[in-house]
Amino acid sequence: MSPELTAVLAVIVPFLGSIGIGLLDQYPNPRETVTLILAATLFLLVLSLIPAVTAGHHPGLRLVEVMPGVSLALEVEPLGLLFALIASGLWIVTSVYSIGYMRGNHESHQTRYYICFAIALSATMGVAFAANMFTLFVFYEVLTLSTYPLVAHKGTDEAKQGARVYLVLLISTSIGFLLLAMLWTWQAAGTLDFVKGGILRDRVDPGLLPLLLALYLFGIGKAALMPFHRWLPSAMVAPTPVSALLHAVAVVKAGVFTVVKVTIYIFGIELLQDTNASTFMMWIAAFTLLAASLIAMTKDNLKARLAYSTVSQLAYITLGAMLVNTTAMIGAAMHIATHAFGKITLFFCAGAIYVATHKTQISEMNGLGRVMPFTYGAMLVGTLSIIGLPPFGGLWSKWYLAIGTLEASQWIMLSVLLISSLLNIAYLLPIPIYGFFGKTSGQPMATSIKEAPLPMVFALMFTAAGCVVLFLFPGMLYGLTALLF
Amino acid sequence: MQVFGLYNYWVVIILMMIGLYVVIASGNLIKKIVGLNIFQTSVFILYISIGKLDGGTAPILVEGVTSYSNPLPHVLILTAIVVGVATTALGLALAVRIHGAYGSIEEDEIQEQDNAS
Amino acid sequence: MISTQLPALQVVIPLLAGPTCLLLHHSRLSWGLATSASWVALFISLALLDQVLATGPISYELGGWAAPWGIEYRIDEINAFVLLIISGISAITISFARASIEHEVHNKQVYLVYTGWMLCLSGLLGIAITGDVFNVFVFLEISSLSSYLLISLSRDRRALTAAFRYLVMGTIGATFILIGIALLYMMTGTLNMSDLAARIPSVSDTRTVKIAFAFLTAGIGLKAAMFPMHFWLPNAYAYAPSAISALFAGTATKVAIYLLLRFFFTIFGVEFSFETMKLDRILLPLALAGIFVASTVAIFQTDIKRMLGYSSIAQIGYMVLGVSLVSVTGVTAAILHLFNHALMKTALFVALGCVFFRVGSVTRGDLAGIGYAMPWTMGAFVLGGLSLVGIPLTVGFISKWYLIVAALEQQMWWLAGLVLISSLLALVYVWRVIEIAYFGTPGDRSTEIKEAPATLLIPTWILITANIYFGVDTSLTVGVAERAAQALLGNVS
Repeated sequence: MSPELTAVLAVIVPFLGSIGIGLLDQYPNPRETVTLILAATLFLLVLSLIPAVTAGHHPGLRLVEVMPGVSLALEVEPLGLLFALIASGLWIVTSVYSIGYMRGNHESHQTRYYICFAIALSATMGVAFAANMFTLFVFYEVLTLSTYPLVAHKGTDEAKQGARVYLVLLISTSIGFLLLAMLWTWQAAGTLDFVKGGILRDRVDPGLLPLLLALYLFGIGKAALMPFHRWLPSAMVAPTPVSALLHAVAVVKAGVFTVVKVTIYIFGIELLQDTNASTFMMWIAAFTLLAASLIAMTKDNLKARLAYSTVSQLAYITLGAMLVNTTAMIGAAMHIATHAFGKITLFFCAGAIYVATHKTQISEMNGLGRVMPFTYGAMLVGTLSIIGLPPFGGLWSKWYLAIGTLEASQWIMLSVLLISSLLNIAYLLPIPIYGFFGKTSGQPMATSIKEAPLPMVFALMFTAAGCVVLFLFPGMLYGLTALLF
Repeated sequence: MQVFGLYNYWVVIILMMIGLYVVIASGNLIKKIVGLNIFQTSVFILYISIGKLDGGTAPILVEGVTSYSNPLPHVLILTAIVVGVATTALGLALAVRIHGAYGSIEEDEIQEQDNAS
Repeated sequence: MISTQLPALQVVIPLLAGPTCLLLHHSRLSWGLATSASWVALFISLALLDQVLATGPISYELGGWAAPWGIEYRIDEINAFVLLIISGISAITISFARASIEHEVHNKQVYLVYTGWMLCLSGLLGIAITGDVFNVFVFLEISSLSSYLLISLSRDRRALTAAFRYLVMGTIGATFILIGIALLYMMTGTLNMSDLAARIPSVSDTRTVKIAFAFLTAGIGLKAAMFPMHFWLPNAYAYAPSAISALFAGTATKVAIYLLLRFFFTIFGVEFSFETMKLDRILLPLALAGIFVASTVAIFQTDIKRMLGYSSIAQIGYMVLGVSLVSVTGVTAAILHLFNHALMKTALFVALGCVFFRVGSVTRGDLAGIGYAMPWTMGAFVLGGLSLVGIPLTVGFISKWYLIVAALEQQMWWLAGLVLISSLLALVYVWRVIEIAYFGTPGDRSTEIKEAPATLLIPTWILITANIYFGVDTSLTVGVAERAAQALLGNVS
């Protein structure tokens, strides 16, 4: 099978699979089997693209030209492949976890849940393999729309309210800013294709570049730059597997992925270096990074704290992109992967705690680690990886990001990164610590509490192991991202 | 003299305003239709005035006559009159149906019933 | 040769089918005849469009009388396109109409619906095809009178008052147009559009011509439900039978917008309309006000059909906005939106027709949880709604794209921003329906509700497919709209 065809298949297989899931509405076991098969197939498809890309090819395919200079087209390049690998690989794990969670929690509308999940993955693949900004935008919107039912899943007023904020913020930033930025680009350059080195040189007045960049970055609401980050905490009303895969990996990473793509392929690193157009957005990212960490410290709800932590970690990636040098860019790209593993582990743990104990507040979780050792062990791993300590994957991305700040001679940014790591310790580490060593407050710990269902424990152990693997073998990650330049 | 000489146009304008006023101001559906009729009639007169030539005669070829009125606007307005009649008929028919359904042809009473239901 | 008579047949076939339906006096037979006539009209308009694109404008002398005396049918890119829109929408909605109309109209009156439908269709087609301004008035009244009838045939008694109000407003609008035509004739002595276009420049500085322009603009604006002359529309759309609302949503106001284009660009010319009269300065704020006010009002409607009515007023604002930019791209956007909006709004009304067929109501509360009872219907509604919002890969996106490009061309950043913001209002009102349909708590009756029958679903999904197809492959729509816009603006310069 040619790599071009594989890329197309990667986008449409989950979508077609969602129809199969829909047809099996009444048969839960075959339905979940389809989901697992889909996830595995998708991962294999994406895996099979690696040889072509590492050989330096960019297999691509133009599907249809919608308007002059605007077409639906796919192209596999290293960064997209990396993103697709992470999303599709973690989908398998999340599917296993979902089965445990949805059944363990007796959720309703499970068919809708699995259908939307598959469509969301389809859209994620589309974002990853988009060959131009228009295609990316199309799948970006599909991703927003397909995740809306997942956020509103519970159907309670709270869930609907959260989903409304989610949808309105994401759609309004994308239509209000991103589309405008795209139209501006299209008018100036006559194309929206992703071209190495950018398409804007000599086409847009350098004085206006910071404005265009701001339109792009704020328009990519999924990157959760302040002040457009509110949707992410709102999305936490969703079932935890959704928060885990979509709001720690697929959706938010689609956002920062788009940021990196726009930086590299629309503006071009050299153009941004020459004009210093990215300085303003760099400060915005730095501000988001610190502010979100500070807010996270005030949150007692575990998922809310994780959500703000995600906002902060996403800002690392945006900051890395805005430093506009290759080292920082590699750091940013690697952070997409390392943060994905760390954060999905934490969300998996949050879900496991919820299913086992129905607790959502951190202050109620003291001492839980002693009855749920596997869950809390994995949580510790995830925490350390996100803080960026060895022997976990998070170290590498932060390392490259830090070196990137040095290359750019941005001392302030370096200190921002370091302060933020301290803040990470302050708001994340206490959770597993109190879990293991904290005194159970009030009534004695119910003896009935035990570990969550097996599929969930398996999933979270697996991703925790992933954090270690990423530390031991960063070469693969570095190899792919270094191909960008 | 100039102003008075064009008195038929003044008539048109006055009728038009009266018609529009009745349509807007009256709440009775039949009166609205009457107003609409007056309004349309003013336009009929406008058309007839356009075609009429001072001292001109009907456009039939007669010896010794050199100036004729323009027949075309008159023909046109014949069509418009037919349309006007059809509109009036349909309007009245609707009024009858409304009376059947609501027992009233006063706009405010109909509105009240709609709000109540 | 039959092919040379196509322009006449385009109007005559539905015109003859109308009275025949009346004589048949039988629901199913009338429907069959009307449907066949509608589809024939569609094929004729396709043939005409093809011919126009291949060989340029067609001029047809009705009854063999040459232009200044007889009536000329003149078909160029723009009206060939409008003919296609009207006949296409009519053909698909009438295929949908049978079951829906039988459900919503009293049995004994069903044949009247198709009589009225055919007359309305021939009137709309006539407006689009003719090259004679008085003929425009006549066809306008044919279509208007039959549409008052169609609205009043609904079982809902509120339809009667809606029809009456429409009749009053419509007649005032038509009479304004009649006055405008009279004043133009007074100054130029002709009714033929191309002759008018040639003669108006020499008398364009007279007050009479300017007043004629004002009357025509107001009259057509009323017919187009241009803000702030839109008060007749929401109730008319809300209480008419569903299939009729669908037909009107896709055709009636569209034809009025076509007339605006025709009068502003072809007859009065760009120079007079936009430089002497500075019409764009009036149209632009009115269009924007219409978009924002009507969209906001739409958000607060509980009757979904009424909501879509207000949404139509807003969407007409987009078309007027395109016109008011007075550039090829702007007019292209307006013409594109004419087509695209016809597709999406008809699809939405038709989907609501399916809902009404099963639920017997389209108020928001009755739609709770209906997404599961009627998955295909609500799926269609969701896609149509997304098209209305302007999500990529739907036609709505294409319209908005061109409209914004037109604004950016003239460096009107603020305008581009406003257009984008306004589409968020559409998101809000569309989403309020989607949310209740999928996440609302179903009422007691919800278990009895089944999916709509295939005879209703197939036309619905044809329209939805068209919404997506023309959102991906834009070569036909954009191509024709661009040529039409060039022709409209090129005529003058």
